[in-house]
Amino acid sequence: MVKGLYLEEIEIGVEDFLGRHHFTREAIVRFAKAYDPQPFHLSDEAARDSHFGALCASGWHTAAAWMKCYVAFNEKSRTERSRKGEGLPVIGPSPGFENLKWLKPVYVDDTISFSCKTTGKRVLNSRAGWGLLRFAATGINQAGDGVFAFDGKVLVQMRKGG
Amino acid sequence: MKELLHFEDFPVGEVLEFGNYLVTAEEIREFAREFDPQPFHVDEEAAKASLLGGLSASGWHVCAIIMRIMVDGYYGRTASMGSTGIDEMKWLKPVRPGDRLSCRRTTLETRVSAKRPEMGIVKMRFEIFDTASEKKAEMTGINLIKVREKW
Repeated sequence: MVKGLYLEEIEIGVEDFLGRHHFTREAIVRFAKAYDPQPFHLSDEAARDSHFGALCASGWHTAAAWMKCYVAFNEKSRTERSRKGEGLPVIGPSPGFENLKWLKPVYVDDTISFSCKTTGKRVLNSRAGWGLLRFAATGINQAGDGVFAFDGKVLVQMRKGG
Repeated sequence: MKELLHFEDFPVGEVLEFGNYLVTAEEIREFAREFDPQPFHVDEEAAKASLLGGLSASGWHVCAIIMRIMVDGYYGRTASMGSTGIDEMKWLKPVRPGDRLSCRRTTLETRVSAKRPEMGIVKMRFEIFDTASEKKAEMTGINLIKVREKW
């Protein structure tokens, strides 16, 4: 996890609970209308006739909700750190992800708990003063079933610049 | 009703181009405010000072735009069964306000599910370009598509 930490301070193998996200019918349909207008994301009737059996969120809506929890969690940590007068690294971008899995549908009124576990880090030779952090992201529904996972990476600034 | 595309309509090696999606600053900020409110996605000044060097779309927004281009281009008239996931996503270059994005789809592998003979599993690569033909992103993932019923 990033948590306003410099690369040197980040421990590997630490899992953080990022937050919960509740998926309302209104939000599921609104996201789908904009980005994924397939019938089973738009209407109860069409979803009932599909292999999903009921209205469910676009997989990209689930991914975006993970990000929302991740950013809010990090922002809280950065604010606390800033209050203590500790240094704050510049937030880095992400070059991508791997192994994203939509394990089960996210249905109307599901509440997904999102987490993130650090899995590795290394100093970047190509960009002085920066490193790459790897993490495993997950989403679990209220029944305890995994619905979402991916292996992420993000650039993290080093305390010792270059 | 119009005939839907089925598993058999996705031959390995086929390359098709879709989309002409104009990305605006307003849409970048709107998506980011809801899902990814990091400074370089919502604030022009902060974005200029960041590693990205200016306002750019959230990577998840880029994924959502690829989805929209796919649905408009072919998935909306496909007997779709959703997707199990994405093997790899590379955000290669920032997507900026004013970019017009198109998507090149290459069908890499196809097979029928052993467990569910009505379901085809199609692996595809999606490359995203702007009008200057700069590659912005590349994604490899799975489309689940119904096998045509044989009567």
